[in-house]
Amino acid sequence: MSRIVVHGLEKTYGDARVLERVNVTAEAGEFLSLVGASGCGKSTFLRILLGQEQQSSGVVIVGDGPIVPEPTPQRGIVFQRYSVFPHLTAMQNLLLVEDFRSGGPFGRVFGARRRNARQEAEAMLARVGLAHARDLYPASLSGGMQQRLAIAQTLLGRPQILLLDEPFGALDPGIRAEMHDLLTELWTEHGMTVVMVTHDIGEAFKLGTRVLVFDKVRHDPQFPSAYGATITYDLRLDRKTRASSHHLAKVAAMVGTTRPDKTMATTAS
Amino acid sequence: MLARGMGARDEVSDTGGEGTMRPSLPRPRVRLRMINAKVSRGGALFLGGLPFLFVAIAYLFASAQRLAVNPSDKLLPSPPQMWSAFLDLATVPDKRSGDLILWVDTYASLLRLLAGVGVATFAALSLGIAIGFIPRVRAFLLPFVTVVCVIPPLALLPILFIALGLGETAKITLIALGVAPVMVRDIANRVMELPAELVAKAQTLGGNSWTMILRLVLPQIMPRLITCVRLALGPAWLFLIAAEAIASTEGLGYRIFLVRRYLSMDVILPYVAWITLLAVITDWLLVRLSRAISPWAHPLEAR
Repeated sequence: MSRIVVHGLEKTYGDARVLERVNVTAEAGEFLSLVGASGCGKSTFLRILLGQEQQSSGVVIVGDGPIVPEPTPQRGIVFQRYSVFPHLTAMQNLLLVEDFRSGGPFGRVFGARRRNARQEAEAMLARVGLAHARDLYPASLSGGMQQRLAIAQTLLGRPQILLLDEPFGALDPGIRAEMHDLLTELWTEHGMTVVMVTHDIGEAFKLGTRVLVFDKVRHDPQFPSAYGATITYDLRLDRKTRASSHHLAKVAAMVGTTRPDKTMATTAS
Repeated sequence: MLARGMGARDEVSDTGGEGTMRPSLPRPRVRLRMINAKVSRGGALFLGGLPFLFVAIAYLFASAQRLAVNPSDKLLPSPPQMWSAFLDLATVPDKRSGDLILWVDTYASLLRLLAGVGVATFAALSLGIAIGFIPRVRAFLLPFVTVVCVIPPLALLPILFIALGLGETAKITLIALGVAPVMVRDIANRVMELPAELVAKAQTLGGNSWTMILRLVLPQIMPRLITCVRLALGPAWLFLIAAEAIASTEGLGYRIFLVRRYLSMDVILPYVAWITLLAVITDWLLVRLSRAISPWAHPLEAR
């Protein structure tokens, strides 16, 4: 069963066309890395999958039916900024998930269910290495710790699809590698479909089972926003051999430019 | 090579201890730009106190001058005169009613202020959140609130007195009407400024409109609401005193306007100081409240 099917997706803002003719099918459990030049619409694509924005035309099927045009627990999200709730401590951030899910009109669970939620949250905090920071507010956590907390929070929601919008973009390289390991482990444990937008091509190849490049293939010099970006390159990575340096260099060259490159567009599968 | 040399020098100065080596590296006295020159704690206290001191000295000087010419002058009474008049009002029961006038006035005024600002705060919270968070309510109410905002509240005072009579209701309504629209708009704006990421995330965690208001919007807006109340208290005092000046039988504003007829500056000035003190205490309490309710919004001050 396909978890995400996108067919003929188009997104316009007034006259400006951001995305056009986007077709992609992702099987359950795949890890898609979305790369592309800045402003090429890959984040817009992610927000459409999230339900924060709606496509102008085309079909998006998530799970069994057409996408619900608002964010739902089916799809979890980790943003680069504002990824956790600043008014709650690390522990409270995780408890909020159960509070929202089954807290009723007060948005809060009580009694035995709260104790269970607390245990689950403690385990998750320990899992992402934040047990010592349980009573700290996000403002006193480092960027890496905040993102770990955000991932933990999102996973407690048990989403079928995990959306990541440049989740490690603001982190130091060392912390970033640490976060890659954590994310890979959690993905293996939970087995959800992941769609990650990133600027870092190395990261895209390291984590993804599939790398999708967004780029414009048509170009109007008089009216640059006449045509939108589409998926120009769809590379399935073998889990054993992983990416060759040839592929990496090729994608890097594609992302480095926003100009259409006919030869590469035709090689897109 | 260079880095090694630097490290060695650091080591020497460290082992040399505080007293012996430090003077050999005098700190350069740089003339900083005005905007970068820091003020020490004592300096801030001194500078902050200066304007108060200046006003006090100017008053004492002018008062002494006038009293020297005419000892029964009423315009600029001396501090002892003011203190005894204030003490009379605070401790000696009124001959006619038997009340301690200062406390009766203070109680009546604070009650009106509290009721008016309380109503306005409740309106700001409920309407502001509804307008800021729910597009349908925003379309319905925002134009109306925006228009109401620009009506000068004091122009409504006669209408209120005609419609609601001269009792407490009219005064409280004036205060509430005077400060509520601005507060509603401010809170609505703040709610609209909540990062879309947080709202989207709350929905992916299973929040519905109501639980998101309870668990996301309300706590996030709380520090701003308290700031809003602090800012609204200024206009609220204005409306309170205006209403009391026109129709009242007790209250701080009423007293000031009553004794104005007798040129009793020895009562008016202490009353103004008393109102100022009450306003400063209220403001301080609200700051404390904000820190207690929303420690996350005051990370530096909390330490």
